[in-house]
Amino acid sequence: MSATPSSTPSSSPSSPLHLAVALDGTGWHPASWREQVARPRDLFTAGYWADLVAEAERGLLDFVTFEDGLGPQSAQYGEPDSRTDQVRGRLDAVLTASRVAPLTRHIGLVPTVIATYTEPFHISKAIATLDYVSAGRAGLRVQISASPNEADHFGRRTFPPISLPELQTPAVQERLTPLFDEAADYVEVVRRLWDSWEDDAEIRDVATGRFIDRGKLHHIAFEGAQFSVKGPSITPRPPQGQPLVTALAHQTVPYRLVARQADIGYTTPHDADQARAIVAEIRAEQEAAGRAGRPLHVFGDLVVFLDDEQTAAEDRRARLDALAGEPYTSDARIFTGTPTRLADLLQEWAAEGLSGFRLRPAVVGHDLPGITRGLVPELQRRGVFRTAYEADTLRGLLGLARPANRYAATA
Amino acid sequence: MSKPPKQIHLAAHFPGVNNTTVWSDPKAGSHIEFSSFVHFAQTAERAKFDFLFLAEGLRLREQGGEIYDLDVVGRPDTFTVLTALAAVTERLGLTGTINSTFNEPYEVARQFASLDHLSGGRSAWNVVTSWDAFTGENFRRGGFLPQEERYSRAQEFLATANELFDSWHGDEILADRDTGVFLRDAKAGSFVHSGQHFDIHGQFNVPRSPQGRPVVFQAGDSDKGREFAAASADAIFSRHAALEAGRAFYTDVKKRLAKYGRRPDQLLILPAASFALADTDEEAGELAREVRRQQVSGATALKHLEFVWNRDLSSYDPEGPLPDIDPDVGADHISQGRAQVRMYRDPLATAREWRELAAANNWSIRDLVINTGNRQTFVGSPATIAKAINDYVQADASDGFILVPHTTPTGLDDFADKVVPLLQEQGVFRTEYEGTTLRDHLGLAHPDSADDRAVS
Repeated sequence: MSATPSSTPSSSPSSPLHLAVALDGTGWHPASWREQVARPRDLFTAGYWADLVAEAERGLLDFVTFEDGLGPQSAQYGEPDSRTDQVRGRLDAVLTASRVAPLTRHIGLVPTVIATYTEPFHISKAIATLDYVSAGRAGLRVQISASPNEADHFGRRTFPPISLPELQTPAVQERLTPLFDEAADYVEVVRRLWDSWEDDAEIRDVATGRFIDRGKLHHIAFEGAQFSVKGPSITPRPPQGQPLVTALAHQTVPYRLVARQADIGYTTPHDADQARAIVAEIRAEQEAAGRAGRPLHVFGDLVVFLDDEQTAAEDRRARLDALAGEPYTSDARIFTGTPTRLADLLQEWAAEGLSGFRLRPAVVGHDLPGITRGLVPELQRRGVFRTAYEADTLRGLLGLARPANRYAATA
Repeated sequence: MSKPPKQIHLAAHFPGVNNTTVWSDPKAGSHIEFSSFVHFAQTAERAKFDFLFLAEGLRLREQGGEIYDLDVVGRPDTFTVLTALAAVTERLGLTGTINSTFNEPYEVARQFASLDHLSGGRSAWNVVTSWDAFTGENFRRGGFLPQEERYSRAQEFLATANELFDSWHGDEILADRDTGVFLRDAKAGSFVHSGQHFDIHGQFNVPRSPQGRPVVFQAGDSDKGREFAAASADAIFSRHAALEAGRAFYTDVKKRLAKYGRRPDQLLILPAASFALADTDEEAGELAREVRRQQVSGATALKHLEFVWNRDLSSYDPEGPLPDIDPDVGADHISQGRAQVRMYRDPLATAREWRELAAANNWSIRDLVINTGNRQTFVGSPATIAKAINDYVQADASDGFILVPHTTPTGLDDFADKVVPLLQEQGVFRTEYEGTTLRDHLGLAHPDSADDRAVS
């Protein structure tokens, strides 16, 4: 039988919170690179990322995510801009995560992968390898891309442009549905490939000369609308069995992807009522997908400006907005204030069913230490955050058991 | 009187998924745990090697419709493990084999540019191609690439990737806090490529990396492969050949460079080489024989014979005589996912030759495979091997070697401790890294340098 744990991650106000930080360039505010603490000239060096992840690990965070994209960043939704006053350019997220893995010991590493243009076979072995080099701390954040300019970078498909206002319309949501379905297929292939070797497939039987028991390697024989993949993987089953699968979701179609395939869904409620409603919708989708009761964390995403004084945080945000020439807006709630008030808010939202949070530091050089040295001690004082790493793997930190292999014969 | 001796280039090939690698030895460690890669890479760096080399195969081999189980099976993702190794080494070059058939240029260029940034300029790309629908079953593009299009796709893939690498020049990022200008040029990274295999345009999103472009390797020694290398590679990973054949290959390839406006020193010839190293030549000879027997078990010998016979030979005794029946020369081959089987172009003639050899020497099937298969390139004491390597390089049969040890992860240790110091004493191998990038180690100019530009 399956060894899947039966408990859904708990979420009462006093139960421990999970905390992740979303790393992107010098921070999420477009003018963050202009702060004195920012290191914009180091963005394309290994040392920069190693320092950030070391800081996150010092704060005992569950994991960090790495943003990515298959085209330049843009202030315009879905198309490139011609701005020269913001950070442009990114290193591959999986490789950045892998570069810092040997330098860290406990923190989870969750790079973004774009399902729309990449090969599930390549990504499955890449994340499995990240799991090997980090000794069980790998995950992925799956994302789709519907922007015409990124399609032109591959030349295999074309997509009509979508503007931000029409994003919520039923017509556009319908157009995006196949991309999310493809992402669900993609994750299905990635997961089957992780299981395509049983844990004890390598036998090194000198007597018969057999290195593997080939009965414990499995073709996955996946056939979908966009791709078919035969398998097995070229990489043995990773240390965690199944590394973490995560996705950011703003509405029903992506909630469905989260409910069908993810271990963690990042959501963007703007208040406690929305948090409750989102959790309810995802749980309903989970039930509809036949995964009711399976462990699925629902996290809230927040952009954070953290300072010891409320006014300092507000002033800093105003100064950055002035530098950017416009007020910063986000899909997520923007929190501006003290670690104490942020801790209040996280606990209030956790009471509505969120089991953790992914915080997006507005200025990573300032707000990441704000999280690790301000928020974390405050949550520890309240008894809702770990005071030492309690597990060696990312699944372990998130209270998820190592799953049984779907292909293993039941004894 | 004469010119100074050539400096030898040495690289370490992580033991691969074929029967060169002896997994049955008690010393043999994991082929997948990161600690094995760390040990192997750090040994190569301790010995001041130019680079580490990783091969790749994108579908597990099958024979007779079943996954081949006699050799090491399984390996990590090339890019991911190389980038992790950048964290535990400082100077060692990191060469990855990446297929041009089952990837897209935009993604691969991002990965190499990222590896180059994250390693401080130590990346290299061994460009290989596939033609088979068998491997294609794991990928979106699937199916079949006509064999004659393999090199045209590889060539266009590499040319396209180079256009992406060159779409940034290295001076675009100002990051001037006071003026608020991050990027000098809003169009940084712009590219347009329109060709037979790739029709893409837009903006590349990784700025110029330390080496500008990764060092490019070409493997394979067909006429098309040689021409591809002469036109666009920095180094060739070739099969090892005896001295005279090696010199002929070396001369042939270096001669081809002129027509592309390149000098002989802009393409290095680095054959693969295995070795059996012991304190004395006699002990090394013993070791070589023992390793060959480990590499060719009875089961492996039968499977190897099947490559030629193209039939199920499992009922034969490996310690007995060769089959009387002739090979099946039908279209479908019993083995899939292996380049090796294409070597036997005339199986009937090979079978005849092998039967005669076996009869003349009183060889069993296993003896025959042991004796006709690849013996270790270098067998001997440290002094013997150092001399053989140096003689080969000084005779212009190669510019160095990519060494393929037969045990993971310690197979390089003795070579590093015993042979490298002798080469260093003779002044033909570095005692310290002089530069920080792989181009520095290989004596290759940066693509932006005047030296390189004059000929490109």
